[in-house]
Amino acid sequence: MGEVFLELNGIKKSFGGVKALKGVNLTVRKGEVHCLAGENGCGKSTLIKVISGVHNADEGEIYIDGQQYNNLKPIDAIKLGIQVIYQDFAVFPNLTVAENIAMNGALQKGKKLINWKETREIAINSMNQIGAHMDPDILVERLSVANKQMVAICRAILKDAKLIILDEPTTALTAKEVDKLFAIINKLKEKGIAIVIVTHKLEEIYKIADRLTILRNGANVATGDIKNFDRRTFIKYMTGRDLIDTNYRPCNDENEILRVENLTRNHAFNDVSFTLQKGDVLGITGLLGSGRSEIGDALFGIMPANSGKIFLHGKEIAIQNIDDAIGYKFAYVPEDRLTQGLFLECSIGDNIVVSSIKRYFKNFSLKYNDMVKSADSWIKNLNIVAPSSVPLVKTLSGGNQQKVVIAKWLNTDPDIIILNGPTVGVDIGAKADIHKILHQLAEKGVGIIVISDDLSELVQNCNKIIVMKEGTMQASLNCEDISETALSKMLSGETEGESKK
Amino acid sequence: MKKISAKENFTSNEMIVVYIIIALSFAIGSINSSFFSVGTIFDTSRAMLIMLIFALCEMVVIISGGIDVSFPAIASFSLYLTISLMNKYHINNVVFAFAFAGIIGLVWGLLNGLLIGKYKIPALIATLGTSSLVNGAILVYSNGKEISNIPSAVDVLSQKYLFSVASSTGGKTSMTVFIILPIVLCILIHWVLRHTMLGRKIYAIGGDTNAARIAGINVKRTQYFIYAATGFLIGIAGVSNSILMRNANPSNLMGSEMIVIAAVVIGGTRITGGHGSVIGTILGVLLLTIVSNNLIMIGIPSSLQTFTVGLIMVIGTSITSLKAKKIALSPKI
Repeated sequence: MGEVFLELNGIKKSFGGVKALKGVNLTVRKGEVHCLAGENGCGKSTLIKVISGVHNADEGEIYIDGQQYNNLKPIDAIKLGIQVIYQDFAVFPNLTVAENIAMNGALQKGKKLINWKETREIAINSMNQIGAHMDPDILVERLSVANKQMVAICRAILKDAKLIILDEPTTALTAKEVDKLFAIINKLKEKGIAIVIVTHKLEEIYKIADRLTILRNGANVATGDIKNFDRRTFIKYMTGRDLIDTNYRPCNDENEILRVENLTRNHAFNDVSFTLQKGDVLGITGLLGSGRSEIGDALFGIMPANSGKIFLHGKEIAIQNIDDAIGYKFAYVPEDRLTQGLFLECSIGDNIVVSSIKRYFKNFSLKYNDMVKSADSWIKNLNIVAPSSVPLVKTLSGGNQQKVVIAKWLNTDPDIIILNGPTVGVDIGAKADIHKILHQLAEKGVGIIVISDDLSELVQNCNKIIVMKEGTMQASLNCEDISETALSKMLSGETEGESKK
Repeated sequence: MKKISAKENFTSNEMIVVYIIIALSFAIGSINSSFFSVGTIFDTSRAMLIMLIFALCEMVVIISGGIDVSFPAIASFSLYLTISLMNKYHINNVVFAFAFAGIIGLVWGLLNGLLIGKYKIPALIATLGTSSLVNGAILVYSNGKEISNIPSAVDVLSQKYLFSVASSTGGKTSMTVFIILPIVLCILIHWVLRHTMLGRKIYAIGGDTNAARIAGINVKRTQYFIYAATGFLIGIAGVSNSILMRNANPSNLMGSEMIVIAAVVIGGTRITGGHGSVIGTILGVLLLTIVSNNLIMIGIPSSLQTFTVGLIMVIGTSITSLKAKKIALSPKI
C-alpha cells in the first residue's frame, strides 16, 4: 500500500450544541479507494466538509502529505490537491462540456480572458486521461446524469488532484454506468490518486473499495481492510444492530389472493400471468423498459391493461382507473416517492392519513384527534424516526420517508400492496425494517408484489419471482431455484460478464 | 468555435426571429411600398436605439439569473436630475451631462446590487422596490412637470447626423449620431460576454449560483458589478433619450420595462438565466420596433395596436420557452 496522504486524528465538530463529529479518525493512503460508510446522519457529510476546508474542526489534527494544517480553507484544500465531487456535481448546465471542465482552472489562475481553443484542448486532454468520450462543444444540460458526473471528474483531475472525494456517486446511475464509473476510479487509482467514496451501498463497497471506515453517530466504529469485513459484520457496524440476512420462506397456504391471467397492455407487456397465494411475496424484475414497472401501473389502474383477467379472492374484477384499484383495496408505493408518493411540504401525520381521509370525516367534521392517533401508532409500529407526527415529511431521511408512504397505504387496510423499488435510496437499517414489515404483512394475508432491480433484495424477500424481458415473462421462478447469480444471468449475459472483470 | 449542425443553425432562436422579421417586412412592404427604403432603416434605427441599450442591460442582468424592472425609473431619475441641475447651475457641458447621468444610474444600480447580492432579496422584488423609490423621488423633485428647454450644448446633439441620403420623396433623411452608442455597446458587451472571464462568470452564475460559488467565483462582487455597470449605461441611455426627444420628462419612460424584457426573451435569452446573446437581443428589439412602428401603415387601427404587440410578444416568448422546455425534456446523451 502507498504512503499516507491524509490523516485525521480525533476530529470533533459541533453545530450549536449538536455534536456532529465526536472524535473521528481517518487515514487515506495514496492509490487506494477508501470507502466512508455509514447511515444517514452519521456525520459523513460533515467530515467531508472538514477535509475540504468548508468547516473547521473544533478539535483534532489534520495532516496532509505529512504536514499539519489548522484552519484549512477551501482554496488551500484545492491547492493541496483535494477535490470533492458533490452529489449534484456542481456543473453549469448552460455552458459547454469544455468550458465546464476548464473553467475552474482558469478561475484559479486569475485569468481575465478566455481562450476558447485552449479551453477545448484542456477538456479533450482531460477526457482522454480517463477515457471519457463526450462532444466538448455540447451544452451540459443535454447530458445524462452519468455524463455530468464524468464532466465533474474530468474537472477534478485537471488540477493535479491527489485526493478525490466522491459523495454518493452512484445514487442516480444505472448498473452499467456504475461499472463504467468504477473502471474510471480504478484508472485514477493506478495513477496514485487517493479516492474516498461516500456510500452506504454494500455491493458497491465490495466491488471497488480497498479499505473501509464506518461511522456511526459521529464516531468511528470500525476501520480496516475490506477483506476483514463480511456482510454481517459490516451491517452490524453500520446499524449497530445484528441484522441477519435470511431468505423469506412462507408457510404453504393454498388460499388464493390474486390471480392474473394473460394481462396485456399494448406496447408495454404481453400475456402476464401469475397467482398470489396467502403468504406470498411476489417479485417482478427485469431491465429498465422491460415492462416491470408497467405491470404495477396496470394493476393500480394508472395505465390500465387492454386485455386479460384479474381475479381477487376468486372473483373477477376490472381495474380501469386508480379509483377502481383503491376500491378493491389495492395500494401502490410508487417508484419516485418524492414526486409521486408524498406531499413533501405537509406533515408526517397528514401524509399518513391522506389516503384514508374519508374515514376521519364524521358528523360533518374531520376528527383531528383520531388522525393524530392513527399517525402516532404507525410511527411507532413502523419504527419511523421522528419526534412526532408534526414535522414536515421533507425533513425525514429517505428510509423514513418511504416508511411514511407505506404507513399511508397500510392505514387504508389494503388487500394487495404493490411496491415499486421499495428501498431505493434507503439505508440498510431502514431497508431491513421495511423488509420485515413486508414479511409480517404477507403472513397476515396481504398480497405483496415487489417490483425491483435490486436482485439481492428480491432473492431475500420473495418466494416467487417473475423475470420480464422486452415486455414478456421470460421466467417465473419459485423460491427453491432462485439464486442471485442465476437471476442476473437471466437478466442479461452481458451484465454478468462485465461484473466479473 | 461552437460546432452546431446546420439544422440547429436554421432552427435557432435567432433564426426564427429573423424569419419572422423577414415575413413581417414583406407583409408591410406589400401594403406600403415606401417601407423598403433607406429612410425606413434610419427611422427604425432611431426608434430602437434607446430601447436597445435598455435591452442589452436587461439581457446581461437576466443572463446572470436576475431581472431588473427598475431601469425606466433609474433612467427617468438620471435624465431629469441631470437636465434640471444643468439648467439651474448653468452647466452647459456635454461630458458633464453624460458622466453625471451615468454616475446617478450607477449609484442606483449599486443599490440594486446590494439588495440582491448582499441581502439576497429576489431580484424582482428588490428592483420593484427600487423602481417605486426612485420614481417617487423624482416625481416629488419634479412636481410632475417636464423640462422643455434642454441646455444648448447637448441640445445641438439632437441635430447632429452621421450622414444623410436623399430620400425618394425629394427630401433628406439622416442618421442620428446617437446610433454610435448602441453599436459600441453591442460590440463591447458581446466581447465581454464571449471572451472575458467576467462574461463567463456572468453566465456561470446564471447557470447555477451554487456551482459558481464552489468554483470560487465571487458571486456577490460579480452581481455588484452587473447592476452597477448596467445602472451606469441606463443613466446614459436616459439622458440620451431626453436629448433626442428634446425634453426631460420624469414619467415618459415608465412602463417600458415589460416590452424591453419581452424583446430580450424573444431574442432567445432564457428568463431563468444562463442563456442569451447580443445578436438575439438586437433581433428581438428590431422585431418589436418594426411591429409597433408600422402597424398603422398596414391598416391595423390604433385601438388594436396594443393587442397586436401583445400577441407578438406572447408568440415570440412562447417559442423561446417551448424550445427551452423541449431541450429539458429531450433524451440525454
